[in-house]
Amino acid sequence: MKLITAVIKPHRLDEVKDALQAFGVHGLTITEASGYGRQRGHTEVYRGAEYTVDLVPKIRIEVLVEDADAEELTDVIVKAARTGKIGDGKVWSIPVDDAVRVRTGERGPDAL
Amino acid sequence: MPPGILTLAADKATLSPANTGFMLICSALVMVMTPGLAFFYGGMVRVKSVLNMLMMSFISLGIVTILWVLYGFGLAFGTDKGGFIGWDGHFAGLSGIGLTELWGATTIPVYVFAVFQLMFAIITPALISGALADRVKFTAWALFIALWVTLVYFPVAHWVWGEGGWLFELQVIDFAGGTAVHINAGAAALGVLLVVGKRIGFKKDPMRPHSLPLVMLGAGLLWFGWFGFNAGSWLGNDDGIGAVAFVNTQVATAAAMLGWLAYEKLRHGSFTTLGAASGAVAGLVAITPACGAVSPLGAIAVGAIAGVLCAMAVNLKYKFGYDDSLDVIGVHLVGGVAGSLLVGLFATGGVQSKAKGLFYGGGFDQLGRQAVGVVCVLLYSLVVSYVLAKVIDLVMGFRVGEDEEVAGIDQAAHAETAYDFTGAGGGSIGRKGPALGEALTKKVDA
Repeated sequence: MKLITAVIKPHRLDEVKDALQAFGVHGLTITEASGYGRQRGHTEVYRGAEYTVDLVPKIRIEVLVEDADAEELTDVIVKAARTGKIGDGKVWSIPVDDAVRVRTGERGPDAL
Repeated sequence: MPPGILTLAADKATLSPANTGFMLICSALVMVMTPGLAFFYGGMVRVKSVLNMLMMSFISLGIVTILWVLYGFGLAFGTDKGGFIGWDGHFAGLSGIGLTELWGATTIPVYVFAVFQLMFAIITPALISGALADRVKFTAWALFIALWVTLVYFPVAHWVWGEGGWLFELQVIDFAGGTAVHINAGAAALGVLLVVGKRIGFKKDPMRPHSLPLVMLGAGLLWFGWFGFNAGSWLGNDDGIGAVAFVNTQVATAAAMLGWLAYEKLRHGSFTTLGAASGAVAGLVAITPACGAVSPLGAIAVGAIAGVLCAMAVNLKYKFGYDDSLDVIGVHLVGGVAGSLLVGLFATGGVQSKAKGLFYGGGFDQLGRQAVGVVCVLLYSLVVSYVLAKVIDLVMGFRVGEDEEVAGIDQAAHAETAYDFTGAGGGSIGRKGPALGEALTKKVDA
């Protein structure tokens, strides 16, 4: 199994959610996050003083999938989240040892 | 309290119910400026010290009111002693004043005049607090207010507005407080700053305003209350001059807001909310001494000049390295000086005073008088405020400890915080709240 994590622009959330549903993903977790990438944040000027605001609001999406689906699903997310402008975000995946469905106790791929 | 008011009423004045009512409303309007100022300043500081900022203004409502009743009104507006201070036994405690006793040759009772002037005495020290955000001991500040109004505000108010006061006799025009209030407070801010020093992290840490909506709310309340401040300063409206002051207040404030916004758009690329609020306040400050002396067109000039000038002036603190946190010097001192001097250029001679400004054929006479007023009040306030702050610093320390300043002065000084973030995002996690839900359910069941 793989855990795919995507940090995206908040306004792309609906597109990514729809794309994941169309792909057949059953569940996902969403967190409001903030951070910055290579472009950093933005600056504001108050009474002549310049302030750098580094942390930009983002959405973090986490999805557990089977190994075979991981690569294709990554592409699906990237496609849905892309605007072509700076700050579109990042998607990565990491291996997951085990997963348990709390209600039934099913383990591994059965729990997804 | 315009020069020459005593000569206006040749006959013995009688109490005017209209003017009395008008002046009581104006007094209430000026009162609301202090909480307005508290929010204007409060929004500009960081989350961890907003309550302290609000309290530094609010405490003035308490302290100055009591001192004013005990002896302040007597010192400022009692019978003149040598041009520098007043005193009148029956003003002490405001206890020997008759209910219908009139103020001088005006048509309003002494009580009404006393309470109107009280509101000026309250807001002036509160203005200073903006320079000292985030870092002074509340007790030291409270003591400073009490000493400062006694040694600086009451005498200066007498000089400028008290009959026999030496600037009053010199015919310096200060309609509603350009010198007595704004230059006075701005110079005091500089004096105290030299003792107190910079905030930890000044020029390094971001200290951007935590709530611009609060700043706008405060600026709106200031603008609203300022109509009482300015239009009320003629102490009645039998001859329409109070109405001119009202119009000029609105006009200059609008022009100053536009001036500040235009400057920052050109200089920094955007029209900021803080710029709009600051520009409005700069215009209000600048028109305060002038609103009874200029025409509405003159008021546009005064406002626009002050708006741009103050927007430029707020950068000075970075250049010179003094931490005037919320720009009391940049807005009140510079705005007050600009307005007071511009009277010498734009006074029409047809309103409050016969004196004409340079642009209306009056030569340099009035400009010279205005300059004397500006320089004397500035220096007196600067020096006395510096000495006062120094003495307080030596006796009890003016600043809070470093750890308290970094952690936030609200918790240290007031045992409170302005905002509760523990439940942010939809309620407490893993903690059972009070049994409100249960109680409601039971009620429905029954």
